[in-house]
Amino acid sequence: MANTIIMPKLSPTMEEGQISRWLKKEGDAIEANEPIAEVDTDKATMEVTSLEAGTLLKIVIGEGNNARLGETIGVIGEKGEDFSALLNGASSNGASAKGDAETRGQGDAAKREASGASQEKSVAFASEREVTVAKQSEQQLKEEANETAGRSYDDQRPEAKEEAEDQRPKTKDQSPGDSQRMIVSPIAARMASENDINLKSIKGSGPNGRIIKRDIETALAEVQSSKPEVVSQKSAPAFQTAPVQGASAFREENTSKMRQVIAQRLATSIGPIPTFYLTVEIEMDAAIEFRKQINASIKEEEKVSVNDIIVKVAAMASLKHPFVNSSYQDKTIRFYADADVGVAVAIDEGLITPVVRGANRKTITEISREIKEMAKRAREKKLQPEEYTGATFSISNLGMFGIEQFTAIINPPEAAIFAVGSAAPKAVVRNGEIVVRNVMNVTMSCDHRVIDGATGAKFLQTFKQMLENPILMLM
Amino acid sequence: MAVLTIRDALNQALREEIIRDENVFIMGEEVAEYDGAYKVTRGLWKEFGDKRVVDTPITELGFAAVGVGAAMAGLRPVIEFMTFNFSILASDQIINHAAKMRYMSGGQFKVPIVFRGPNGSAYQVSSQHSQALEAFYANFPGLKVVMPSTPADAKGLLKSAIRDDNPVVFLEQERMYGIKGEVPEDDDFTIPLGLADVKREGTDCTIVARSMTVPLAMQAAEIMQTDFDVSIEVVDPRTIKPLDIDTIVRSVKKTNCLIVVEESHAFASVGAEISHQVMEQAFDYLDAPVKRISCAEAPMPYAKNLEEMALPDVPKIIQAIKEVCYL
Repeated sequence: MANTIIMPKLSPTMEEGQISRWLKKEGDAIEANEPIAEVDTDKATMEVTSLEAGTLLKIVIGEGNNARLGETIGVIGEKGEDFSALLNGASSNGASAKGDAETRGQGDAAKREASGASQEKSVAFASEREVTVAKQSEQQLKEEANETAGRSYDDQRPEAKEEAEDQRPKTKDQSPGDSQRMIVSPIAARMASENDINLKSIKGSGPNGRIIKRDIETALAEVQSSKPEVVSQKSAPAFQTAPVQGASAFREENTSKMRQVIAQRLATSIGPIPTFYLTVEIEMDAAIEFRKQINASIKEEEKVSVNDIIVKVAAMASLKHPFVNSSYQDKTIRFYADADVGVAVAIDEGLITPVVRGANRKTITEISREIKEMAKRAREKKLQPEEYTGATFSISNLGMFGIEQFTAIINPPEAAIFAVGSAAPKAVVRNGEIVVRNVMNVTMSCDHRVIDGATGAKFLQTFKQMLENPILMLM
Repeated sequence: MAVLTIRDALNQALREEIIRDENVFIMGEEVAEYDGAYKVTRGLWKEFGDKRVVDTPITELGFAAVGVGAAMAGLRPVIEFMTFNFSILASDQIINHAAKMRYMSGGQFKVPIVFRGPNGSAYQVSSQHSQALEAFYANFPGLKVVMPSTPADAKGLLKSAIRDDNPVVFLEQERMYGIKGEVPEDDDFTIPLGLADVKREGTDCTIVARSMTVPLAMQAAEIMQTDFDVSIEVVDPRTIKPLDIDTIVRSVKKTNCLIVVEESHAFASVGAEISHQVMEQAFDYLDAPVKRISCAEAPMPYAKNLEEMALPDVPKIIQAIKEVCYL
């Protein structure tokens, strides 16, 4: 049976995609999960894979043309099959039966409507769905009847209900999430939210894996017993795992009233992110020497840049000043356990910031290798969304263009970005004498909702000290 | 405090109210010379005579109508149905007249009447004589519905019902007339309508029971405590309408689960109503779906073994507790 291939959502911000290349021709056989086309999204070039096996019957959107999310880009089915009716029906309503979860319901309704209006063939397609729907409601009725019967004394066998559930037809377009849907009793959900417990980390002990009160109590008891007896740690909530793999863990602390007022007033004054700028002058001679020493002992292709050192130092310094490595979340402030540093990379069409995860824990050579590798793929537009989103703060370096000083714009929800200028020899006064030093300007853009002037200044102090005395990185 | 049966506690309430208020009289089949089919009115006719205790022919619709008229004219009739199954004949008077008169006369008439008698199952009286009708009457605005489960509640609630200016459907239980308990001797002892009573305090599971199912819930609670160390709270609403949902919700918020045990059939029952109200007001506190134990969905069988199977009992309650407490 023929089916449409739709434009999938390939990046978090994608609204439409451009077919850059079809990897299959009309008439080609396709395996399930086989890449069939390349799509340029707003961020990268991604592959579209087929959800089912069959033959590519029709290419609807040609190379170089755009399609909105959910729009039909092609048709898959059996060789020689007539799919014209399907195409008329599906392309007119955008979302198809295989649409993503967001548009699924709408798509179904539209499809049924379309089936009523269109010709025989498409009716055949839609009517099978309707039969499924009818079967489903029949089944529901049966189940309800079973439940009524279950109330009577003679039919309270739990197996009877389970059997009925097993018979529930598994419809083809049931989203994969359905079977994994988390079942939580209301009080358990409430307790979890009150105690900042991630329900995903809990295994439900109730029927069908339902997470119940007892499971939360057990989890709470475990947290209690595993908690070290340090009073200072008790006050801060535990770090929880971030949804993106590899991204820094974080903990959220409630925003104080004062912080809320500061945030609200400042945002009223300038834009949603009230930004201010702090510039510091850093003598880079020691850092440059430090870099020389590192590079003397390693292979040519592994050589690190001053920027790699800056990334490492910023990451380490930010952990000493948690507000810099945080994010304003309205009701809470999210503090990250690690510094995931976004490093701005210029590419032909614009700008992308690959993220060095946990830069505070990586060596300078590791950071260097990672940035080189990601920058290369960024230029080829091969970065995956999780590689360029979710930094905890960012660094933009225009030193190589001879820019001495500039300001960068914060990439929300990060709280800061560092604009790094060139390190150039300058005459400075030291101990009453004029000497030449390599001086670099760093301007920090701060989200005033979390970072105050003094907070930012103290961070820059640490940052400057570390760069001027790289030995401090060991402390 | 004197220890009385529910039968005698009701008798005491009637006697005290007849003495207290000259407008109070009792009317029904066999209530006078025979002392009542279940002896609730024992001795009252001898003591107070024909005017206060009136025997009627077997004409439920007729004497219920006489009662409604008398109430509109200023008296305070207590109408006894030999069983509430027979009240169905009089339901036009109860639902269409008693319940509506105050509203439809714009408040010119009040109907201070009590319809009382045994409700629910007895012992092998079969389909037509075993029905629990509380949901039927509670469905209509204008009627109060009361279901006592102890002698003290029976006395205090009946006195309040007689003193109430609205029609009250007062549902007793034939199996319970002999249950004994302490009853305050104070002539003015009353229990306000619309006030639930926590019959047993507990922390792990709430059971809402009424009338005959209260003692069953209490037994089940005792077994759960001794055998499983599970602490059950038993809430007896006592008045079905107005319903003291606050006490029930407070209990559910504490225990996070609820079982309603009732003698009536399940469909559109009082238990269904309580489940709904708890879902609405305490949804976030539930740890398990609300469970109901009701009469089997069938006319009451005559056979003793089938009758027992159709009704709620202690093992069924224990099974339900295990389910909602995930034991």
